[in-house]
Amino acid sequence: MGRRLAGAWQARAARVEWAINENVFSLCSSVAAPARACGGPAVTPDGRAVPNGAGADGPRAAAAPGRPGAPAGPPTIHMHHVGVRLGDAVVLEDVGFDVEAGCFLAIVGPNGAGKSTLVKVALGLLTPQRGHAALFGEMVGAHPERIGYVPQLKTFDRTFPATAVELVVSGLRRRWPARPSAGERELALAALSRVGAERLERRQLARLSGGELQRAYLARALVRRPQLVLLDEPATGVDYLAEHDLYDLLERYQGGTGATVAMVTHDLAAARFHADRVLVLNRRVHGFGTPDEVLCEPCLQAAFGHHGHHHALAF
Amino acid sequence: MSLADALHLAFMQRAVAAGLLIAVMAGLLGVFVVQRRLSFLGAGLAHAAFGGMGLGAFVIASTGLLASGVGLLRHPLWIAVPFSLLAGLGIAWVRENTALSSDTAIGVFFAVSVALGVLFFSIIPPDVNLGLSLMDLLFGSILSVTRPDLWVILAVAVVAVAFLTASWGALAYATFDDELARSDGVPSRLLEVSLFACAAVVIAVSSVVVGIILMAAYLVIPAASARLLARSLLQMTVLSVVLAVLSTLLGLALSYLIDVPSGSTIVLTQAAMFVLAAALSRRWARGAGG
Repeated sequence: MGRRLAGAWQARAARVEWAINENVFSLCSSVAAPARACGGPAVTPDGRAVPNGAGADGPRAAAAPGRPGAPAGPPTIHMHHVGVRLGDAVVLEDVGFDVEAGCFLAIVGPNGAGKSTLVKVALGLLTPQRGHAALFGEMVGAHPERIGYVPQLKTFDRTFPATAVELVVSGLRRRWPARPSAGERELALAALSRVGAERLERRQLARLSGGELQRAYLARALVRRPQLVLLDEPATGVDYLAEHDLYDLLERYQGGTGATVAMVTHDLAAARFHADRVLVLNRRVHGFGTPDEVLCEPCLQAAFGHHGHHHALAF
Repeated sequence: MSLADALHLAFMQRAVAAGLLIAVMAGLLGVFVVQRRLSFLGAGLAHAAFGGMGLGAFVIASTGLLASGVGLLRHPLWIAVPFSLLAGLGIAWVRENTALSSDTAIGVFFAVSVALGVLFFSIIPPDVNLGLSLMDLLFGSILSVTRPDLWVILAVAVVAVAFLTASWGALAYATFDDELARSDGVPSRLLEVSLFACAAVVIAVSSVVVGIILMAAYLVIPAASARLLARSLLQMTVLSVVLAVLSTLLGLALSYLIDVPSGSTIVLTQAAMFVLAAALSRRWARGAGG
């Protein structure tokens, strides 16, 4: 445990040192030319979409890293001019991008930017008033079994009497299990084991720490071997070690299965180090591309504002 | 007359049968009422039933239905049930479509229903005998359960138990985390409306037996006691039903033996079980801690 903690802190220190040396968040690798990222809209560093037909309808320019050539089939996530209004407030406006299979997408933006709303649109929990959203080339909500969703931890009821294994089996059944069968229990245990949480099997969820809960939720999401893992601020309420392990697990799952990962996060450093595509969102898309292309001052300033982006850069 | 002899009496058999059916329904329903923090819903819907009974009594008294040969039509329940159902759906609608919380929505329907009930009962001519007193309605009258009452309770119990057991997994999932359940295709809005409708009908038919004031306790106490002891929702559900059934049988027996009102004895028995469950759960928690 001590060695893992030391390793994690060394990794974090290395990331911070690297970020300072390279001044990663104040330079933009594509200042001279518009960024065109993973088939999404070409976006300039100042946040303006390039009106050259290379938007959500345009050709998907880049394949996922490590996957040379254009991927076959429809994009895993397709958003086309999505607009969402909740009451009088415009939460999302003209949001369009495509994410190919095998991408690790980080969705970043300030509080109230519409990040979680975008996840709800992708899950089919919220129907956009404008535009349309598709997953795997079909209407959102058509294939919940292909999605492993890790919600914000604050959504679950801590008074609910449940064990970790029941939570994981709910991911298999898509219903709450009265009594998990022997086969389901075996699959759940294997999933808990994959996320390093086999000892949590019989533990009550209410008694788990933030990091332990996160592992149980991740096991629940991965037990059905999803083609898309959607995470809404997975690092909130967990310590750095658990956060480090979470990204490590996600990368290993993605590497092993070729699944797509889409994650809402406030952590720009995590987006920089773990994602191969980043969506900078604040009601509308302010940047979409590789971390080098969009985690730059102009994009972040456009999304976070003149003062906010300094805090964002400080991570 | 001993308790065993009393059980041979038809009215006692009807009382036991009605009590057991209500215990099973309330025990099952109570799990979701407690876990969804809807304890006030029981009180609200029971008082909505009071409004419905008032309206029903007024309609029966003023339309000549009392003289009709059809037993069920002479009972205000046939108006109280749809009235409570509308109140339950109304609460669900206000909860879903306005910025008001459940307890505020329930509070509004609660007050309006009681006002209507009092109004309707006050304008029924005093010489009309409905076979149902206001005191029976408020505090229950399990020993005066008639055969038609029992048939109505049985029919509602079959439908309610079938709904609650068939949708248990989906209801439990949506109770645990509504967003997670909806992301997995669980129709949680439809389930919630169905749950409210089920609660409204169960409470309306049960309140005639246990009384509207005690009905909320019937829904909440066995499930709350079960929650204190259970480690899973299945355990909680089974325990809740078992405690509701046991408290009904024990309460009925005690009320007969010491000649006190049955509704309050049942609820006080449930309260004693709750205290016992609380003590046991503290002991177990200390044991686990040590």
